[in-house]
Amino acid sequence: MTPLLDVRDLRISVPVGLDGRATAVDGVSFSVARGELLALVGESGCGKSLTSLALLRLLPQGARLEPGSSIRLAGEEITTLPEPAMRALRGKRIGMIFQDPMTALTPVLRVGDQLIETLRAHAPLSRQAARARAAALLSDVGIGDAERRLDAYPHELSGGLRQRVLIAIALAGDPDVLVADEPTTALDVTVQAQILELLDRLRRERGLAVLLVTHDLGVVAGRADRVAVMYAGQIVETATTAALFAAPQHPYTRGLLACVPRVDGPRTRLVPIPGLVPAPGTYPVGCRFQNRCGDAFDACTAAPSLTGAAHQCRCWLASAPLEPTA
Amino acid sequence: MTRPLLDVRDLAVHYRTAGWMGRSGPPVRAVEGVSFQIAAGETLGLVGESGCGKSSVGRTLLRLQEPTRGSALFEGRDLFRLTAAELRPLRRELQIVFQDPYSSLNPRRTVGASIAEGLEIHRMLPKAEQPRRVGDLLAEVGLDPTAASRYPHEFSGGQRQRIGIARALAVEPKLIVLDEPVSALDVSVQAQVLNLLLDLQQARGLAYLFIAHDLGVIRHVAHRTAVMYLGRIVEEGPTDDVLGAPRHPYTQALRSAVPEAVSGAAASRTILLGDPPSPVAPPPGCAFHPRCPSSAVDARCRTERPALRPLDDQQVACHHAD
Repeated sequence: MTPLLDVRDLRISVPVGLDGRATAVDGVSFSVARGELLALVGESGCGKSLTSLALLRLLPQGARLEPGSSIRLAGEEITTLPEPAMRALRGKRIGMIFQDPMTALTPVLRVGDQLIETLRAHAPLSRQAARARAAALLSDVGIGDAERRLDAYPHELSGGLRQRVLIAIALAGDPDVLVADEPTTALDVTVQAQILELLDRLRRERGLAVLLVTHDLGVVAGRADRVAVMYAGQIVETATTAALFAAPQHPYTRGLLACVPRVDGPRTRLVPIPGLVPAPGTYPVGCRFQNRCGDAFDACTAAPSLTGAAHQCRCWLASAPLEPTA
Repeated sequence: MTRPLLDVRDLAVHYRTAGWMGRSGPPVRAVEGVSFQIAAGETLGLVGESGCGKSSVGRTLLRLQEPTRGSALFEGRDLFRLTAAELRPLRRELQIVFQDPYSSLNPRRTVGASIAEGLEIHRMLPKAEQPRRVGDLLAEVGLDPTAASRYPHEFSGGQRQRIGIARALAVEPKLIVLDEPVSALDVSVQAQVLNLLLDLQQARGLAYLFIAHDLGVIRHVAHRTAVMYLGRIVEEGPTDDVLGAPRHPYTQALRSAVPEAVSGAAASRTILLGDPPSPVAPPPGCAFHPRCPSSAVDARCRTERPALRPLDDQQVACHHAD
């Protein structure tokens, strides 16, 4: 079966200095099936947000998709689509929600009007029909008293409600894929739990393929089906969520898990990852994690590739098959 | 019992909201009747969601904000009753580190000048000896002493937070208010800064008021923890008790909402409905009752505000906690 969203060898370059360019996303491949939730995890500057923006071809000024990158939506290549066709696809087939629910809504329009505008851009609906549909969408994302909330301005709503409104807007075109870039980072934990629950329910009920971009491994646990960990522009490990937490293989993944202070379990001294996340253009030659890795050895000056079958890892130490060979 | 280093009693901080036509609106009761103590060398974690008043508590202690009511005895002297001149020498003993180290450092001063500023104001050291002292402080927070001649923008977020800590340490305080000191940092860097804070506490016997929304962070650093909801402390006690076996339904829900990076299995979660209500018009009775998941919510919860009452080593503000 072809996956709904299939990304192959994605490469994105960004301007560096006066006239240089650096590859900020370097050969990223993943796929998401209908009804599946894939989490893309990494620290700031790892390229996860550029990756998600590239799916809608909304790369920031200066960033460029390099030739050879492929993004297929239900088998159709979208990197080469002309802009009008791409515009028809945004929101209609791929929806997106962002981190900050305040800046993504227009402060001067009622949320109902923003939702109705989106609905009518996607389908020929009368205003009345669009309003009914808007109210239905708001209740679908768990907003009580939807009819009245349509007349609220964004500032009258809490952060959690605003994020729900944005999810409703993202769903207005009835997309197959939802890209959620740090959707809960700006929210309090109790509200964060509500929004994650909602995304989980929507993908089950609507068969949405969800790409959840986050820096927080905790958000991933128990929600995502699979996880891809990014470091310095590359996926360094990918596995089912259960396998990744049970037996993380890449030293970076293990490092990330070891340095998060837990509410549960024994309280031991945190083991930080030494050094800093490198910026694009300053990646070490060979394994990009080698200068922060406690296990680095001679081989690491050559670049390891992503190896393995279901559980893949980009590390010379993991390249000996850890999984039982059939 | 020996006298605590800091003894805060019945602290209230109210703000006036802007109302219609230049009149002032109803007051926002950001902090209402908060009391706590911190012993020398101890960390009190102050935890809660945005708008619960936890940052206002920290800022008021440094008089960056004026309290509406209450007292704060620091080594027996009430910080809230001192004049600006009386307060100045005490500012040496009480420092603050903010969440965003970039906006709290002067971008046009070198890192060395920012760190030495306190030494100068308090005339702690002859000018000629300052560079050596600044170099020592930078080394103590894990930075190269040559950083002194550079500017804040040349550093990463984690390094800037180290600079902010070095600056607070320069005047040799006894208590540091840490207001979300690691929330803006990537997790790998966050761990470095948390370890540094713990090491400094060991080496110097510092006391911390550690304000954070992250329960994992609080559990890692705090000896005791106070949980705030809508301006009031709802539960307080040893961290292992408060976060290990919370007794207030709000702490229980907060605890259960924390996404944990473990095993990948979905834990059973108590998911609270709705959002924290506005501190302008807090609900009557127990402020948490409209969101309380407990089946015990009754008429008393809706009408009578529960006071903090002792339960073993903890204090809990809930009619039904046991």
